[in-house]
Amino acid sequence: MSKDIKHHLTDDLLMAYAAGSLPEAFDLMVATHLSLCDHCRAQAESFDAVGGFVLDDHEMPLQMGEESLTATMALIAKGEPTPKTVRPSCSVLPTPLQEYVGGDVSAIRWKSIGMGVKQAILPTTREATARLLFIPAGAAVPDHGHNGMELTMVLQGAFSDEVDHFARGDVEIADEDLEHTPVADMSEDCICLAVTDAPLRFNKLMPRLFQPFLRI
Amino acid sequence: MFTETDIATLDTPSAEPDFVPSKFAPKSVRGKSVNGSNNSCDVRQEWVLHVRRIRDEKDQLAFAELFRHFAPRVKAFLIKSGSDATTAEECAQEVMATLWHKAHLFDPSRATVATWVFTIARNKRIDVLRKQRRPEPEDLGWGPEAEPDQDDVIALQQETAQLRDAMAALPDAQRELIQKAYFGDLSHREIASQTGLPLGTIKSRIRLALDRLRHAMN
Repeated sequence: MSKDIKHHLTDDLLMAYAAGSLPEAFDLMVATHLSLCDHCRAQAESFDAVGGFVLDDHEMPLQMGEESLTATMALIAKGEPTPKTVRPSCSVLPTPLQEYVGGDVSAIRWKSIGMGVKQAILPTTREATARLLFIPAGAAVPDHGHNGMELTMVLQGAFSDEVDHFARGDVEIADEDLEHTPVADMSEDCICLAVTDAPLRFNKLMPRLFQPFLRI
Repeated sequence: MFTETDIATLDTPSAEPDFVPSKFAPKSVRGKSVNGSNNSCDVRQEWVLHVRRIRDEKDQLAFAELFRHFAPRVKAFLIKSGSDATTAEECAQEVMATLWHKAHLFDPSRATVATWVFTIARNKRIDVLRKQRRPEPEDLGWGPEAEPDQDDVIALQQETAQLRDAMAALPDAQRELIQKAYFGDLSHREIASQTGLPLGTIKSRIRLALDRLRHAMN
């Protein structure tokens, strides 16, 4: 758990996560951040409480079928569905990410996108894209275009740009208007989770990745 | 096995009134029969004890009372969220079965029973209606001594009731938008203007509970 996270998720994302209306890739970002950030976790659970009111105060609770309690007891008698295996938490990837990767960092199937930068796209629904990014220590992040909203969270190492310095657990929220040049700290290779709600533009920009200096 | 007849033998009066008061009404008569009080805090505490009884004694009567209160609400919530009646009925049963199986995971110093049931119902909706996985944060788990302090439980339950009162005072239009958001009808961009809710006290309370769990883990 990182005690010194400075860059948090916004209330609208936390409320949408509580309401269950985010695309899967954004849910993954929020769950990963909450695993590291008690500040946002407490806020998200407060938004769950709002959901509790909405459910509990519903104007017209609907009658259940006559046999529904009996049917439910029969369901219960069948036993609990197999619980998920709990992965260890003292690792680079928090549990929700490990469930998508199938393990910790060593299990990530990286694909090179040039300049030493690698990415791994995670299997989510297509409304939004989640991917892990590997940026070698001291290297700049290639521009992949901010068509929509993009959230980038640091999992290992750190990066800096015109906005600020971002370390483990910090989330940078970028929209179309942000022009920035993230550079990984020299001390360690940087691994980030990046989520965007627009289709990826990486491929269109591939030629630019081979320029000696990236226009970001 | 539990039957409808068993419910009739409960020595409580009719567990459900025929109506439910207006949205977010602070003074609720629901659950009155459970402990003979119309104080909403006490009622909520009582639901906590119901879950404990399920956890500790696999108490089917306690479950039946919870079922009669929450299952119709879960069903209504799912239909409002776009489910057909048959699916909503099945899902409500599955949500209540999950409540039984996961009773040992319920932490009343972090959530009311209504909040907890909501999270199970929401995840069911994402799974069944949106056919999407629901990533959840790392579980903080229960250490050997992580059973919450009773004072913390009462404080959280009361502060949640106060938040509910504060929400009851919101203008109708804002309350309806919040409901729409939780039925899954607003995107996070549309939600952006709806988040000025008075969550401060309950958030601090939950934060304390999280600190306790972190402490128990170390």
